[in-house]
Amino acid sequence: MTDDNVPHAADNVIVEAEHVTKTFTTPDGRALPVLDGVSLTLREGEIVALLGKSGSGKSTLLRCIAGLIAPSSGTVQYRGEPLNGANPGVAMVFQSFALLPWLTVQQNVELAMQARDVPEAERRDKALRAIDLIGLDGFESAYPKELSGGMRQRVGFARALAVEPDALLMDEPFSALDVLTAANLRGELVKMWDGGAREGAGKHSRGFPTKAVLIVTHNIDEAVQLADRILVLSSNPGRILAELRVDLPRPRDKRDPGYEELVDTVYDILTGRESALEKAAQIAPAAVSAMTPVDLPLPAASVGGLSGLLEILDARGGRDGLAEIAEDLNFEVDDLLPLVDAAVMLTMATVAGSDIEITDEGHTFVVSATDPAKEQFARLVVRHAPLVGAIVKALHATKDGSLREGFFLDLLRRGFSEDEARNQLDIAIAWGRWAELFAYDAERGELILEVPEPVVTGGSRL
Amino acid sequence: MASWGMFPSRGVWRRPAFRWVDAVVLVGVAVLLFGLLRLAPSLNAPFLPSQAPSQVSTDPAELPYYAVRSLLRMFIALVLSVVFTFVYSTAAARLPRASKALIPLLDILQSVPVLGFLTVTVTAFISLFPGSSLGLECASIFAIFTAMAWNMTFAFYQSLVSQPRDLDEAARIMRLTKWQRFWRLDVPSGMIPLVWNGMMSFGGAWFFLAASESITVLKHTYALPGIGSYVAAAMQQGSLSKVAIAIVVMVVMVIAVNILFWRPMVAWAERFRAEESAAADKPRSVVLDLLRRSVVPAAVARPARPVGRLLDKLTRPFGLAEHPLSKPLVRQRTGDVFFAGLVTAAVAFGAWRAVTYLHVRGDLGQFGHAFLLGGATFGRVVVLLIFATLIWVPVGVWIGMNPKVSRIAQPVVQVLASFPANLLFPFATAFFVATGMSLNIGGILLMALGAQWYILFNVIAGASAIPSDLREAMQLMGVGGWLRWKRFILPAIFPAYVTGGITAAGGAWNASIVAEVVSYGKHHLEAYGLGAYIASASANSDFPKVLIGVVVMSVYVVGVNRLFWRRLYAIAEARYSL
Repeated sequence: MTDDNVPHAADNVIVEAEHVTKTFTTPDGRALPVLDGVSLTLREGEIVALLGKSGSGKSTLLRCIAGLIAPSSGTVQYRGEPLNGANPGVAMVFQSFALLPWLTVQQNVELAMQARDVPEAERRDKALRAIDLIGLDGFESAYPKELSGGMRQRVGFARALAVEPDALLMDEPFSALDVLTAANLRGELVKMWDGGAREGAGKHSRGFPTKAVLIVTHNIDEAVQLADRILVLSSNPGRILAELRVDLPRPRDKRDPGYEELVDTVYDILTGRESALEKAAQIAPAAVSAMTPVDLPLPAASVGGLSGLLEILDARGGRDGLAEIAEDLNFEVDDLLPLVDAAVMLTMATVAGSDIEITDEGHTFVVSATDPAKEQFARLVVRHAPLVGAIVKALHATKDGSLREGFFLDLLRRGFSEDEARNQLDIAIAWGRWAELFAYDAERGELILEVPEPVVTGGSRL
Repeated sequence: MASWGMFPSRGVWRRPAFRWVDAVVLVGVAVLLFGLLRLAPSLNAPFLPSQAPSQVSTDPAELPYYAVRSLLRMFIALVLSVVFTFVYSTAAARLPRASKALIPLLDILQSVPVLGFLTVTVTAFISLFPGSSLGLECASIFAIFTAMAWNMTFAFYQSLVSQPRDLDEAARIMRLTKWQRFWRLDVPSGMIPLVWNGMMSFGGAWFFLAASESITVLKHTYALPGIGSYVAAAMQQGSLSKVAIAIVVMVVMVIAVNILFWRPMVAWAERFRAEESAAADKPRSVVLDLLRRSVVPAAVARPARPVGRLLDKLTRPFGLAEHPLSKPLVRQRTGDVFFAGLVTAAVAFGAWRAVTYLHVRGDLGQFGHAFLLGGATFGRVVVLLIFATLIWVPVGVWIGMNPKVSRIAQPVVQVLASFPANLLFPFATAFFVATGMSLNIGGILLMALGAQWYILFNVIAGASAIPSDLREAMQLMGVGGWLRWKRFILPAIFPAYVTGGITAAGGAWNASIVAEVVSYGKHHLEAYGLGAYIASASANSDFPKVLIGVVVMSVYVVGVNRLFWRRLYAIAEARYSL
């Protein structure tokens, strides 16, 4: 598949994405940007990690590069050719493995080569070699259902590598696996990659039959472990916040000071955006109430998760590094950061660099009994969470203190996609319910104001 | 899915509410029927097959031969249904423009009582094969086909559009060809719903087989050698004992087909299940186990492999299962508008032609009469559903919640549901004649003979799918009596009941065409209803009346489905699905 011409300077560029913007259209016709002007070059011999929270469009970017979806503007080129369909030079490893359950391991691995019309004997040889390489010897005739998650993902790797792609794309390949299995597989991947690289970077090698790897992840540790370059993406819309080079030799040691520093830097970058949020929380409440639910979306945090984080923080003396908390709890960015965002939004904690510190408000919340805690939470969400505040205000404005959820969904759709509007409202409902601000009738899709004292205005609700 | 799923599969009814496109399609179907009617030749005697007998022999010794002929018709129709399913579903799922028309069309088609149109299809097929009984054969197979195809197509289409996104992406990035994708991904992932719906539709199709083997065209009755026409002949002779023999043969046939064909198919389809399931309630089949141990699989696979390889090569020029990422927007819009305009214009022209045709013949006034008759039949369907519900829901719950009972009752109910109720009509008619009961009431009973089983069948499936921890929790809390029914059992089986109710109602409408007019010996009973209207119109080959009757019945069925069943289904899905 490869042409070993004399390498030119630009010859080692495999995939180039230029100013890729992807917007989805909201139901009422507004454009909702997911990716905003992202450029990326993948060269031979490197592993690049795309790191970001949910909503950063990292998977969308990967799919643009794979040629599975078209960018709204900007171009993606493979070896200088613009894509108009699935990228012919890449293979992909999926988070969910994406194996065909009715084919055996070997048939799954052979399938992609069959699509390329590789003769049968050669196909079998290559498949067996890939199966061997990835440590699946003896499982050729097993069906995916018979295998554990880790073994299934090995099949995913074998299938991708068997076609000897120019570049290997990986979409959160380890996040469906348990921690130990993921670490194990990640380690083997590093070993194979380095084995291949030693035989000659950029060249085809027996060790690892691909020339470059692009991995999407929300696990900071994973990115730092694997990548030569880390591209950190912001959320809503996704832009490249920073590009970090990782020059540490692989396999990398977590206790290496350089490693720790890098992890802290990434946390710093990812929470850096929060400073704006924090500022908003600290200025006069009037200014916050001027912020609309669209300007300041609610983070996807449950009240239980939030109070858990605050309790841990309180128990640790009120201040700790985010990386340490994540490490100890085995949390990934997607799990931890929404909780941090929520705590900061509700002024229960502040973030400085890669550290998080509990505030007095947060401490009071932790030590209070349920009822006072609910009252405090109610006060905080009304003041600092624009959507909850808006809902309470709107409910107060109605005669009978109830409104259809469709009303709020319509408003939210102006700034969010259909799904995200639903998510936002669900979060607001969960928070408001816990705070006993309003009740929610799921069957009729109605929000009803909770009235602490007997109704004075008369029982119009019955 | 429990070891025996609901029928029809869920996706069939989970569709949006009435839209303008449905109206266009409804009219379009009427136009289609009208076109068929116009295609049918002016019925001159030479066109009619001369050698086809008007009655088959009622010698019981002929029965095995007749059974084989009937079975052959069923399987030919099944093969045609599968081919139709593959082509139609794939077009609907992969061609965005076509899907806009194809899916509503399918939706309406499954509500059209094809039985009423049998005469018209017979004449159309006869014109294709003038002077031979092949036309009759085709018409019978076509009637059976219409009983199988729609549900299978819906189920397969549903599996195509709900394919997991990651598998779709994997197929595209592996650059599978269209052919490879269809056989490696599309068909395997739709195999389970296809087999289950195929099995159930096959069961329902026996009814159509029995009804379509003996047809009256232009006051002349034709009979194809088959078990259905045997019963028709026996009925005319008033020989209940011969009918009884035929029923025994029929039961044996239904059971044999289940054991030798469908059970192995269901067990075999399990290999295409994506998620791991508990090994305990996995469908098994002794026949399949035997087959697997034999040399048959290898003997089949060996010659098949090079054929497969060749086909793989030959279909390569059709290209990859890919669509270009970007299309010029303007051209696409223009295409959409052009397509929609073309379809609407064609439908409008056809509708105009149909209306003028009826107007010229002075039949337009018949519509009011037909709607009135439809009301009577509608009343029968409602009464039937109420009684069937009151009787079969408690029974179904009892069976479904007792694993031991349901193990025995399952196959029995399945045979009952498959058994063509029209074979039992002679006994019922004899009873009516003896007791002097009017067919206006008795018709309900006849319609119920076939339709009620869908309710029982689905209620059993629903009740046996109730998680045991829920049942234990109810027991521990001491929830019993009426409270147990109101708060626990009825809500839990509601979605299954609705599915059964829709199917039963549809079956009852179709059955009304054969149930509202019955003859036994020299007795002739007729009820006041739309079914009788269609039946007598087609016996007299009064095509305009057939068209009016069928269109009115379709409107009733589609209307009730949209206004009542779909809403109930939406509630069931949103509120009561476990």
